Amino acid sequence: MELDPVFLSRIQFAFVVSFHAIFPVFTIGLASFIAVLEGLAFKTRNPVWMKLSTFWTKVFAVVFGMGVVSGIVMSFQFGTNWSNFAQASANFLGPMLSYEVLTAFFLEAAFLGVLLFGRDKVPPGAHLASAILVATGTFISAFWILAANSWMQTPAGVELRDGMFHVVSWSEAIFSPSFPFRFMHMALASFLTGSFVVAGVSAWYLLKGREVEANRKALSMCLWLILFIAPAQAVVGDFHGLSTLEHQPMKVAAMEGHWETSGDVPLLLFAIPDQENQTNHFEIGIPNLASLILTHDWNGEIKGLEEVAPEEQPPVAVVFWAFRIMVGIGMLMVVFALAGLFLRAGDRYWRTRWFLLGLRAMSIAPFLAVLTGWIVTETGRAPWLVYGLMTQAEAVTPSLTGGMALFSLIGYVVVYAMVFTAGVYYLMRVLFVGLEDPHAEDAVESDRPARPLSAAHVPFEIDDDAHGNPVNQGGH
Amino acid sequence: MQEPFDLALIWAFIIGFGIIMYVLMDGFDLGVGILFPFAPDEESRDIMMNSVAPVWDGNETWLVLGGAGLLAAFPLVYSIFLPALYIGVFLLVAGLIFRGVAFEFRFKARTSRYLWNWAFAGGSTVATFAQGAVVGAYIQGFNTADGVFVGGPFDWLTPFTLLTGVGMLAGYTLLGSTWLILKTEGELQAWAYRLTTPLLLAVLVIFGVISVWTPFVDDLVRERWFSNLSVIWILPAFTLFFAYQIFRSVRNRAEGMPFVATIGLFVTTYLGLLVSRWPYVVPPEYTLWDAASAYNSQLFLLLGLLFVIPIVLAYTAWTYWVFRGKVRADAGYH
Ligand code: HDD
Ligand code: HEM
Ligand code: HEM
Repeated sequence: MELDPVFLSRIQFAFVVSFHAIFPVFTIGLASFIAVLEGLAFKTRNPVWMKLSTFWTKVFAVVFGMGVVSGIVMSFQFGTNWSNFAQASANFLGPMLSYEVLTAFFLEAAFLGVLLFGRDKVPPGAHLASAILVATGTFISAFWILAANSWMQTPAGVELRDGMFHVVSWSEAIFSPSFPFRFMHMALASFLTGSFVVAGVSAWYLLKGREVEANRKALSMCLWLILFIAPAQAVVGDFHGLSTLEHQPMKVAAMEGHWETSGDVPLLLFAIPDQENQTNHFEIGIPNLASLILTHDWNGEIKGLEEVAPEEQPPVAVVFWAFRIMVGIGMLMVVFALAGLFLRAGDRYWRTRWFLLGLRAMSIAPFLAVLTGWIVTETGRAPWLVYGLMTQAEAVTPSLTGGMALFSLIGYVVVYAMVFTAGVYYLMRVLFVGLEDPHAEDAVESDRPARPLSAAHVPFEIDDDAHGNPVNQGGH
Repeated sequence: MQEPFDLALIWAFIIGFGIIMYVLMDGFDLGVGILFPFAPDEESRDIMMNSVAPVWDGNETWLVLGGAGLLAAFPLVYSIFLPALYIGVFLLVAGLIFRGVAFEFRFKARTSRYLWNWAFAGGSTVATFAQGAVVGAYIQGFNTADGVFVGGPFDWLTPFTLLTGVGMLAGYTLLGSTWLILKTEGELQAWAYRLTTPLLLAVLVIFGVISVWTPFVDDLVRERWFSNLSVIWILPAFTLFFAYQIFRSVRNRAEGMPFVATIGLFVTTYLGLLVSRWPYVVPPEYTLWDAASAYNSQLFLLLGLLFVIPIVLAYTAWTYWVFRGKVRADAGYH
């Protein structure tokens, strides 16, 4: 079999970027949560906030570390596998990525050091400021990278001359038509990820009766946040879809599994799209609802996939199902938000077993929603890389052979599998130790006292000295 | 050129500055990683790792800036180097991944701790070697046609690039050992003192061989050094001067000087390399003007950069100040 470098590069890019993406969405949300906890600790001097902040900072340190190393891979992917694309779009993409480094990555990296290791080296105010700056950095980073990606989805403000895009309007290129929706949608997705993970972990602790006071507070905070942003996400998602309908109608047709241009389009709940025969099997749908949602008209006409040749259609089944998973999870989140509100009556939200079990299970839902969301976005724009202007096949590195692409793909899969397994394992260990007094840590993990010099342990009170005896370092 | 400023030239200086910042800053923490397996004991390893843990991420960010900056200012360099060095880049990032996660994982590990010791050391070594090979590949030049790389996947791997890889290993290790002299005390510091002189000798020998070899790799380099520009011989003279300073300050047990002088040694060697190839950025064909991106893109980024870089340097300096002084094992970061 002939190895196709374009196909392998796509798989590789999808793999490394998806791997990267699960960390930022979590760290963006968690960084803001930690900044709030630090702020509360600073203001109220209530040790519970400090305890929560210390614990979640430990989790943050592990996740952020994996986000950084997988991000470094990303910044070279454009050159190694998509060098024609890199060359052609450098005039725009280069400044975006450079601004990201200058305004976000340096900020995150420098103040992360202080956040993790500096609690006793700087005044409390400076420590709080570091937490805020790290959180700010994560948003600035999302701003630039999403500007880059949105421009690839809905290019604007550029002119194609001699094989290179030249920017004629920076503001149009940066704030391309899909950017505001994508940024909002992604920011809310990050908050949802952060709050569902914190809520899920707190629920788990509550089920086991550990550190009830602190975990109840954390759960309550998350539930308030979810109550507002889960519905907001659905609304933003709807606007996002409308903008996509305007700029990338074929993507929406794939999302809806809609083949023939027509009015009275049903909203399909289930179908098996069949690209070969350009039709669906086993359709179950709600009549006219898609027309209503997308055109705000009961009989509105929606363009179908037949408008373009089959080679120019995105892989319909992937987009169709990924979209349904994302929206389904979004709806489930709204259900949990409402249930949480309902259970506030009688102060039951932290004592109701089924609710806590449900939240525990929901802690992986946001990651699934984020990945499927990106799959909709990215697979749905195929075969284009820069929508309407440059295809994936034109973009690939000319000297890249299938063999080399396969080698690096396998390499990344192996490396990431090792790193990911270890990361999850150590995260689990941090979670098992929990928020409790570190003396309890010895009880929980009785084999040997931890050697606690890493980030995750620093703000801790306990260190074991050179002889392995616990010594109190006095944190707060 | 009808544009008011030669932005490509300004950008060449900026990228040059970014690269040497990277080499110096990540150099010492990679060096610490290379030295890791040879440390006297496990407690020394804790100290070594702690001495770089708060700053390594910021140091590595200069590499990301180098990549993104090249894409922005000299896209041709980016889109030729990365395909040409495809396998080397993979090794580089794989090395950086393992050593990066080792910081977090090692301290949480118990029985598997030794694995992360190796991940840290192995990752640092591979990443350093790959960087050295990149330098060698740059001196060697690339096989291009119409602005794209047309060579094979192993063009970059030659005896010459193997040597530059080893040279980088020696150089970063020297940076690492002089950093440890600065940041540690007692037994570990004594160990670092003992290492430094032999490492210095190794660096001088390898850099010397590379310098003698380089003119034979390329005619232009030979001409540069042996005909027209005799002032540039001041650079190797300074290199030797800094080498002497390292030697002397180690003998006198000075704590800061060895590190400072090693920085000097790196800077002069680096400048020597730059003058050898100036103004070619993708030798042997393309100069920095051929490789430049659009004028307005260079300008758009430059305006922000001139404003932001001083701020970045200021808060970076602040974090180094926060973590100043000796690192001790028993106190962690308190
Ligand atoms: C919406 C957010 C988002 C998205 C879509 C991406 N990233 Fe990312 N990235 C971040 C948000 C982020 C972050 C929150 O800023 C991270 C995550 C953890 C971290 O350390 O910073 C980060 C880290 C990170 C780093 C390491 C920074 C450092 O050294 O500290 C690099 C080089 C990249 N990213 C590059 C990319 C590239 C080239 C992407 C596109 C393909 C990309 N990221 C997608
Ligand atoms: C509840 C209803 C939701 C709707 C109607 C919705 C709608 C959409 C649409 C239409 C897109 C594709 C836009 C395009 O490619 O142009 C998209 C992408 C995406 N969605 Fe959703 N979404 C919903 C819920 C969620 C949830 C709960 C999450 C995560 C927690 C999420 C995360 C994402 C992500 C990460 C993307 C890709 C990035 C982007 O293009 O914005 N979505 N969504
Ligand atoms: C971080 C979240 C992201 C995720 C999860 C994601 C996901 C994906 C997926 C699944 C593909 C493969 C599509 C296919 O081939 O069918 C892809 C392709 C691609 N994406 Fe993204 N993407 C993300 C962000 C970005 C950003 C921010 C950029 C650019 C700045 C980008 C640029 C690309 C490129 C260049 C390709 C390769 C060409 C292609 O296969 O279409 N992606 N991405």
